[in-house]
Amino acid sequence: MKLTGSQVIAEILLEHKVDTVFGYPGGAALNVYDALYEYKDQIRHIMTAHEQGAAHAADGYARSTGRTGVVFATSGPGATNLVTGIATAFMDSIPMVAITSNVPNSQIGKDAFQEVSITGVTMPVTKHNFFVNKIEMLPKALHDAFRIAESGRRGPVLVDITKDVTAAKIDYKPGNYQSKPAEVARPTEKELKKVADLINGARRPIIYFGGGVAAGEAGLQLRELMKRADIPATYTMMAAGVIGYDDPRNIGLLGMHGTIAANRAVDKADLLLAFGTRFSDRVALNPKKFAKKATKVQVDIDKAEINKNVHVDYAVVSDIGEFLNGLLPLIEKNEHPSWVKEVTEMKKTTGDVKQGDSDLHPSEVITSICDLTDKETIYVTDVGQHQMWAAQYLKHKNTHSFITSGGLGTMGFGYGAAIGAQIGNPNKRVIHITGDGSFHMNLNEACTAVSEKLPIISIIMNNRVLGMVYQWQTVFYDGRYSSTTPERKTDFVKVIEGFGGTGYRAENPEQFREVFKKALQQEGPVWIDCKIGREERVLPMIPGGGTVEDMIIG
Amino acid sequence: MTSKKEVISIFVDNQANVLTRVVSLFGRRGFNIDSLTVSATNDPALSRITVVFDGTEQSLAQIITQTEKLENVRAIFPLKKEDSLFRELLLVKIAVTKEDRSAIKEIVEIYRGKIVDLSKTSMIIELTGETSKIDGFMKMIDCYNIVEVCRTGITAMERGWEEKE
Repeated sequence: MKLTGSQVIAEILLEHKVDTVFGYPGGAALNVYDALYEYKDQIRHIMTAHEQGAAHAADGYARSTGRTGVVFATSGPGATNLVTGIATAFMDSIPMVAITSNVPNSQIGKDAFQEVSITGVTMPVTKHNFFVNKIEMLPKALHDAFRIAESGRRGPVLVDITKDVTAAKIDYKPGNYQSKPAEVARPTEKELKKVADLINGARRPIIYFGGGVAAGEAGLQLRELMKRADIPATYTMMAAGVIGYDDPRNIGLLGMHGTIAANRAVDKADLLLAFGTRFSDRVALNPKKFAKKATKVQVDIDKAEINKNVHVDYAVVSDIGEFLNGLLPLIEKNEHPSWVKEVTEMKKTTGDVKQGDSDLHPSEVITSICDLTDKETIYVTDVGQHQMWAAQYLKHKNTHSFITSGGLGTMGFGYGAAIGAQIGNPNKRVIHITGDGSFHMNLNEACTAVSEKLPIISIIMNNRVLGMVYQWQTVFYDGRYSSTTPERKTDFVKVIEGFGGTGYRAENPEQFREVFKKALQQEGPVWIDCKIGREERVLPMIPGGGTVEDMIIG
Repeated sequence: MTSKKEVISIFVDNQANVLTRVVSLFGRRGFNIDSLTVSATNDPALSRITVVFDGTEQSLAQIITQTEKLENVRAIFPLKKEDSLFRELLLVKIAVTKEDRSAIKEIVEIYRGKIVDLSKTSMIIELTGETSKIDGFMKMIDCYNIVEVCRTGITAMERGWEEKE
């Protein structure tokens, strides 16, 4: 069957079970969008306000559904606008396929209108990318893009296609593609025995796990290991929700803004089990002193993560689910009553801290949200203080229910990602928790939420300052508030009304609960402008490069 | 940890931009490349890259595991000095007077180099060998008027051969 390159793109999306894509059209992408029009009954295209929003939406879709997110953009500025979204997905190992159109091959390299070498630009932030300037290359490049994005440690792949290729014809028979089952890294018997012996012999063991456990869907096995061997566990932000907040052995978030219990426990442990995690500088703030008394075991799917940041005593390169399945039968039922008691006692001393002169505190906002929403709710954040409060105070229960930009720390990630999450999960409630700083970056996606009738509730922690940077300036720069107090006068209620949505204000906990209940009844997007004190800080806090000894508690 | 010169051999797909991918990875991971050679192999689908860089044992392991992840990398391995041949090619142009010619010729012969171009005012010398030999030769001729130098950097191969199944 003779198909155009653009039809081949649509057919291959269908072969990979893609029924939803995000994007923004343009000159070089006209043929591709013409095919999307033809296939509109099978492939839903969500047009955003900005390509960055589309990239974050594809990312949020992937994070919340576990399926690969797909985003389209045109050449030049369309493609470069994707870059932050692609880099965000890359740092958090999120499967994404970005398909960009470029100028016709005859104009490549001539600085044509809207020409940019997007494969050159995205080389450092993709697992791989393809420049397709011959129609014969197209089918394989697209199939490979999905294979690469979805295998091993997942991540984004970009396929850049010249406009002539999108119009050229080729014989393509859809349905012949057979995905080879990806090779999964598995542990050996010897490796399993070694780790089991370490666990069975440990007196103060602790599990420190990250996004790999979420990506590997290994939460159940992890909970079983914690229970059987009686091991407390702490997690990175990428793994919030993998174990329930009410699990007695869950000692909370680790690292810079982690709990006192988690940071002290890691410092005291004699065995550290690092599962699907990479000892980032926001967790192992001082790589030489991190878990200094412990025998360190690292299990990760990516060999390059072993010993990258922190030197470990024993490492296994494996898919975490495969590893835990093999490990569990070798684990003896065990108890560490005094260790678990010591660690969980510390947890109890970590209370909510309220500062600032406002009548509404972040912890109250987040606690109210948890009280008034069901346990299937998906929370999406931007980046900054509100993100840390959300990570700390939300009652996380499910894997893939906390969507946040961890590695790249992308302000402006939240609204696009929330749109992707809501499109991917039409029957779940999506709550977007943001700050006035982050929200100003990409709030334009309100128009998308209105067009698509998405009932996303945006909670704006509005302290009228760039909170996280402001906090650092307070603590480390003698209150020299350089460019963090912009004196903006944005009326968020009017803004969302202008977009065609609904807005509320809340200045105290009662008001918040009242308007939040109203927000839950709306059919389109709702913003709630929450007045938070500017002196409100994220605590506890360990300064960069510090240890648990340097922790600022209150 | 002490750093030393590491030599690694990388087999990659013989395609556009593959060299850029490898070099860009080295750059962004903070490894300084001392020298780099790229060439075709007996398999037209593959190119071979030989990289020399300053590294520690840990950074060597890091760069190998990171490079392995690139889609177009087929094989990568470090070359140990004791089991490998390292060679470099030197071309050097010297401005010479009639008086200097025979003295230079003598040095070139001792180093088993070749004079590959000669004019009334200059000569070009070609020399291959290990880096230390090239360095030694350069020292011997540094009293003359060297006008241009070109070194290929190390290209390397493991000694011996075991047939793979």
